[in-house]
Formats: sequence, C-alpha cells, structure tokens
Amino acid sequence: MASGLHESSFTNPVVRWIDQRMPVFTMMQKEYGTFPTPRNFNYFWNFGALAMINLMIMIATGIFLAMNYTAHTSLAFDSVERIMRDVNYGWLIRYVHMNGASMFFIVVLVHVWRGMYYGSYKAPRELLWILGVVIFLLMMATAFMGYVLPWGQMSFWGATVITNLFSAIPLVGDSIVTLLWGGFSVDNPTLNRFFSLHYLLPFVIAGVVFLHVAALHITGSNNPLGIEPKGPQDTLPFHPYYTIKDSVGIVVYLIVFAFLVFFTPNYLGHPDNYIPANPLSTPAHIVPEWYFLPFYAILRAVPNKLGGVLMMFGSIAILFVLPWLDRSPVRSMRFRPIARWLFLLWTVNFFVLMYCGGMPAEEPYVTVSRFATAYYFGYFLVILPLLAKIERPLPLPESIARPVLRGGGPLPGAATAQPMEKA
Amino acid sequence: MADTLAPSSSPAMGGSHGGGSPGDDPHAAEGTKRDFLKLVAGSFAAVGVGAVVWPFIASMNPAKDVLALASTDVQLDHIAEGQAVTVMWRGKPVFVRHRTGAEIQEAEGVPLSDLRDPQTDDARVHRRPWLVVVGVCTHLGCVPLGQKSTDPRGEFGGWFCPCHGSHYDTSGRIRRGPAPLNLAVPDYEFTSDTQIRIG
Amino acid sequence: MALRSLKAAAKAVTLAATLALPLALGAAPAARAAEGVAVPDTKFSFDGLFGTFDRGELQRGFQVYKEVCSACHAMHLVAYRNLREIGLSEAEVAAVAAGYQIPDGPNDDGEMFERPGRASDRFRRPFANDAAARAANNGALPPDLSLMTKARPGGADYVHALLMGYEAPPEGVTVMEGMHYNKYFPGHQIAMAPPISSDGQVQYADGTTATVDRMATDVSAFLAWAAEPELETRRAMGVRIILFLVILGGLTYAVKRKIWARVH
Repeated sequence: MASGLHESSFTNPVVRWIDQRMPVFTMMQKEYGTFPTPRNFNYFWNFGALAMINLMIMIATGIFLAMNYTAHTSLAFDSVERIMRDVNYGWLIRYVHMNGASMFFIVVLVHVWRGMYYGSYKAPRELLWILGVVIFLLMMATAFMGYVLPWGQMSFWGATVITNLFSAIPLVGDSIVTLLWGGFSVDNPTLNRFFSLHYLLPFVIAGVVFLHVAALHITGSNNPLGIEPKGPQDTLPFHPYYTIKDSVGIVVYLIVFAFLVFFTPNYLGHPDNYIPANPLSTPAHIVPEWYFLPFYAILRAVPNKLGGVLMMFGSIAILFVLPWLDRSPVRSMRFRPIARWLFLLWTVNFFVLMYCGGMPAEEPYVTVSRFATAYYFGYFLVILPLLAKIERPLPLPESIARPVLRGGGPLPGAATAQPMEKA
Repeated sequence: MADTLAPSSSPAMGGSHGGGSPGDDPHAAEGTKRDFLKLVAGSFAAVGVGAVVWPFIASMNPAKDVLALASTDVQLDHIAEGQAVTVMWRGKPVFVRHRTGAEIQEAEGVPLSDLRDPQTDDARVHRRPWLVVVGVCTHLGCVPLGQKSTDPRGEFGGWFCPCHGSHYDTSGRIRRGPAPLNLAVPDYEFTSDTQIRIG
Repeated sequence: MALRSLKAAAKAVTLAATLALPLALGAAPAARAAEGVAVPDTKFSFDGLFGTFDRGELQRGFQVYKEVCSACHAMHLVAYRNLREIGLSEAEVAAVAAGYQIPDGPNDDGEMFERPGRASDRFRRPFANDAAARAANNGALPPDLSLMTKARPGGADYVHALLMGYEAPPEGVTVMEGMHYNKYFPGHQIAMAPPISSDGQVQYADGTTATVDRMATDVSAFLAWAAEPELETRRAMGVRIILFLVILGGLTYAVKRKIWARVH
C-alpha cells in the first residue's frame, strides 16, 4: 500500500481508486452500511429519514419553481398562476412544493414528539437535540417566507403581522421592522429579500441536517427502551435492516403525500391566498398556516404585546434547554408511569392550542388558550423538574436483546418490564 | 432504494445477530425468494424514480403560453425600396427587406455551385421583392449587421455578422465566413398585398 | 405469524393516525373560519374525488360568462386558447377571440391601438384598470373571476348559492343605497345587482332550456374549470400514482418481512 493512501476494502477498481484517495465509500459503508443500530426501533424511527427525503423533495421542486417565478409585487401572483396553468407539469411541481411544506411539518413534528416521548434529548444526545431545534426554527422561517412569495392576501397580511412582531422589542423595534421591510410597509423590497432568503435557507437547513446526522453517528441512536446497547446482540447493521424498514415508511409517506397533492391540494391552504395581495384591505379572519397555529395561539393568549411575542418565541426556545429541565435518568416514557401520562396530556394540549389558534380571538377560545399555554410551559418548567425528583420509574430491562428475542431460551423472569412491542 | 443498489448482505449476518430462529434449513430457498422479491421491488422503485424525473425536465420546455405566442403581423406598405425593417418574432429579430431590382438580379444570378448551402432565391421568397429571414447568424447566434443603410453589408451586399465575420448575400445565403447555413426563412404568409403574418 | 401481522397492522394504524391527526385538527378551523351562512350543496359532475367536468355544461357556462358576467368581471388568467379544453374547435376558438378587440401596441407611430383577438390572447378585461372598474360600478370593484371558486370557501357551491341567493331583506334589515340583499354573501349586502334574474336570459347554443338555476349551475361549473383547469389530469394521474405506490408498498413490505425474518 502506497503511503498516504487510505486502506480501502472495496474491490471494484474505480471505487477502490477513489476510496483510497477520498474514503467516501468507506464512510458511507460505515455510517449507512454496517452502522450498528439498536435492533428494537419501532416505526417512529422512520421519521428522521422521512424528513430527509422531504427536504430533498422541497429543494428539488423549489429549484424548478424558481425557474418560473417572478419576485415582483406586480408579477408574482400571476407568475405563480402561470406555473399552474401554462408551465408543463407546473401545477404538479407547485402542489408538491405547497403540500410538501405541510408534510414536512407533519413529519418533523412526529420526529420531535418521538424524541420527547423516548427521551432522545437526554445525555449524551443534548447537542443532537439542540441542532434539531435549530433545524425546526430554520424550517419555520423558511416556510413563512415561502408562503409570502405567491403574494396573495394571506401572504401579504401574514408577512405584515409576523414582521410586526418585532416591533414589540422596546426602543429599537420600529427600526428593526423598517429594516426587515426595506421600506415603510411590506412591499417589493420585502418580497425580493424573502425570495432570496427562501432560496438560501433550505441549503442552510441541509447543512445543519448534516451536523445533526454527524452528531447522531457519534452517540448512536436512542431506541424505544431508552437503554444503551450493551453489545452486538443488541444492534443490527443499518443496511439492510433499517434501509428496508425506512423504505416501507417512505412509501406509506408518499401515499399520504400523493393523496394530498392529487385529490385535496388546497385543503391545508386558505382560500384568501388565491386573492391577489391588497395592501388596503385586510381579510376578515387572518390565520397562519396550520403548523404555526399552536404558537399563534400562545401569542394571542397573552394580553400584552411584548409578553405575547416573548411567550411565543419562548415556546420554541424552551426546547433548547429541555435536556437540562428533565433530569430524570430514565429516557423512555414507557418506564415513567406519571411523566408518560402528563406528556400525553401535553400532546393533547398541543392540539388544543392548534385548534384555538385557528379560531377567532373570542371566548371561549381565549380562556382555553390561556390554560393551554400555562400547561405548555408548566410541563417543561414545573412538571419535568419535579418528576425527576419524585417519580419512581419502572424497572428497566436488562438489555435490548432480552425482551425482543423470542424462542431464544428462557427469559430471566425478573427483568421483564411489560410488553415492548407497542408504540 | 439503497437496498436495491448494494449487494445483498451475507446471510451469515442474520444468523449471527438473530441468534436462534429454529430450523435454519430452508435458508437457501428463503434467500432466492427474497432476491426475486428484491428484484421486483427494486425495479418498481427504479421505474418510479425514473417517472419522477420527467415532469421536472418537461417543465423546462417552452410553456403553453410561449408556444401559443406564435405569430407577428408586419405592415409592408411603409417599407421603401432598398430599406428593411426588423420585427420581433418569438423573441428573435426577423429581417423584412424590400429589395431593389439589382439586388434581386444579383441573388438570382448566383450559380448554385458557388453556394455553401445551395438554395435558389426562388425557394427563399414567397413574393418578390420581399425577403423575410430570421436575423440570427447560423454560426453562433449573433445578429448580423446590414439592416440600416449605414451598416456594413459585407462583400455580397446582404448582411455581415460582426462576431466572427460571416457574409450573407441579398438572398440571406451564407457566402463566406464560418457560418454553415443560410439565414433561416420563417413560416409566413401574405394576409393581404401589404401585410404578412410570420408564424 | 397471525399475531405478528396483527401487530404490524396495529402499528400501521397508529402511524396513520399520527399523520392524520394534525390534518384533521389543524386544518379544519383554518379553512373554515366561519363566514356567512352555510352554503347549500349543489350537485356538480366534478364533485368528489373522481368527478370530471361535463363539457356541455362548461360550454354553456362560458356562454353565460360571455353574455352576462363579462360585462363587469375580468378573467385575466384565462386565454381564449384554453377554450379548446372545454371542447371548442380551433376555428371556434379563433372566432370567439376575433369577436373581441384587444388593446395592443405601441405601433410604429407610438400609438396604442386595438386589433381583433387571437387565440393566444387572455380574456379581454372589461375595464382598463381597477379605478375605471370602480368608477363604472358605484365604487365597487367587480372581482376577477379566474380563481373565484378557489378563492372563496365553498368554491363552486358558494358561487351557485350566491347567484341564487338574492331575496327581499328580512324585516328590520335596511339595505344601503345601491346595495342588494343576498342570503349567502358575507354581511348579506352585495353591490352586484342580481346578474341572472329571469329564465331564458341566455339563449343556449345547444338548445338547453335556460332556467335561472341551470344558468347559475353552468356558470359555476365554468368558473370551477377556469380556476382548476388541471383538475381532470390531476385526478387521473393521482389514481395511477397511488395504485403504483400501493403495489410498491406491498412489495417493499414483503421484502422487509423477509429480511427481518432472520432476526425475529
């Protein structure tokens, strides 16, 4: 072996030549081929791969949409309609992109939920979790700016309302808003910079995703039991076991996605966005896209401008410190009898917020939003720290392999802690 | 997807990890069945991925509104003899030239054997004295000079492309320089004695 | 074996529920932020997941638009050439287009001029701009109809209900000067006078009896087509793609079972 060359195990001469000089194939083999992965994943562990696929779909469709989109206030709306009517398969590409945003949030919300339920944020995966929250924030910014681009009524008024959030900042708020707008109202400069950033941010997301995956491959994956693999009997090589399991998930995901795109493409949208933007008239009920509704409800639950804005951003920011709020050493909620129910209640509460966010700002929704907001924060700030001290977790299984192995000899009776195969 | 591309992993792997599914005998049969299944599933997936590529490529072809914008009308009555106008058609310049008798004679008099892209003047015009050609040099797409009376018209009295020095004659045929073909004649028709419709 | 597939099915259901929950809860309030009265359901050929357009209905609807609505309402996203899709021949499209004078120019003298329409032109706007439209309509702006059924909750049902919804104001309600009472319009006071008011207002070219309801239904269908001209292609493609994915899903799942059989 010539000195300085990587020692490659590949036999194909071309692959080998490249691999010796730049061991990408060895890396792929290591990270996606033989990578030891806990053997007991359930289908919730599909959602990371689904999010990755979804990001790729969004970037691909977005690039082709940008080829036909015009970022100018007087042309944007019609250019989108031209894509829908005249560009070959333009309607398909646009509907995939438009519903892809919703699919992305569904997939990522499930992914986050899984992380919270199975305690994937706990040591040693804190940074992995933080990178995930960064991705979530970037996604929200990207989705918001993308929604502005068709320059319909909801685009315009959504942009106005969201950028005005920053005016709540004391002293410099108004200057910041003017800076964001590039003028004295949401107008052409705003549209242009939103287009520019909307094109840029997905690649930033892709970069952070890379870091997210890199961090994952240092710590290894969590699993439904929340205990670390103790040896090779607890893991399987990523390929073919999880490549094929992810493939199953991808096809199911594509079926749901295709149903949205081909049969109810506008179900998740708002009719007002098919009316061109009119800076002189606000629609009667403005609502953000569904994935912003829980946070929008928190904003409206607080009767103070600055307070509402802080609470709304705080509802995401609190996720950054979640690893330090929940000090319980047990990861999986399966073994936390109290936390489990209070977290499921938190999940229901999240949907309550989502529902209230879509309703007009009147009773009873305001009061309900306030209680729901209180529980949202209470779960993180009171319940989790408290439970870490007082909750008595169920006995943890001895190892991953024991409970899932069947017919492999008698199980040591004591260590079994309830059926493992639900999820 | 990756599963279909990479070689199937060794069955031994399953054995060492599975640690005791009873009855390892039908392993070989299992293997071939799985391979066939993998082949079918993999081909299906490959067809799907292939089909996904098509809409993206098709979206880059001219859109329906672009294809529909086919025709341009040109009024001929205010083009004096010896003058020419340039009109836009599908985003390209089209030269409409009211040729003089001498220019026509010159164009007709050229023996076909002198031409790089042999075409008679007759084949290139619908009605004398009007010559209608797409004003795009067939070399690399520059717009030749010769429309204005002050422009250089090259050695053959037609057009001269300043980019790489192609000379066209009074019938728009290539005579010298790197261009391989004559200036293209667009589809057009006389809608009246004084008007043509291009496209 | 049976137990395991049962378990797998349970997993699939959980997964589907996880996916569906945000859809069901999140979207419903967003799309339907209660406005006006509930709109009655009209039966259209394009209803449901697999419905298609009725060409005859679309052509009649176009006739209603052309003879009634187009006096005030533009449809600037639709081109005459698009009428080929509702079954008009190339010659018929050319004749329809040529019936309109389309502003064009400037010509060689720098003047704007009008010329007969061509198939590639978009529908001619009745007014030069929004200000002119307002001036001619007591300050009210007749909205562009190209996307009307996508831009209103209820879609074509709403358009039909609105056209049929004119009636005398209930007692105690005073209608403002120049406004009309309409059961289905948000706020109930609409500037548009009843556009379709009497049977036989349009002489249908295909001989269909032009009742008010027929005309309102036809023009609603036409507007639904104008807003979503891709609807039929989209649904047909969707059926094929979902069938493909279901088969691919079955195959992938079978491969997954085989591979995992080594572990379980």
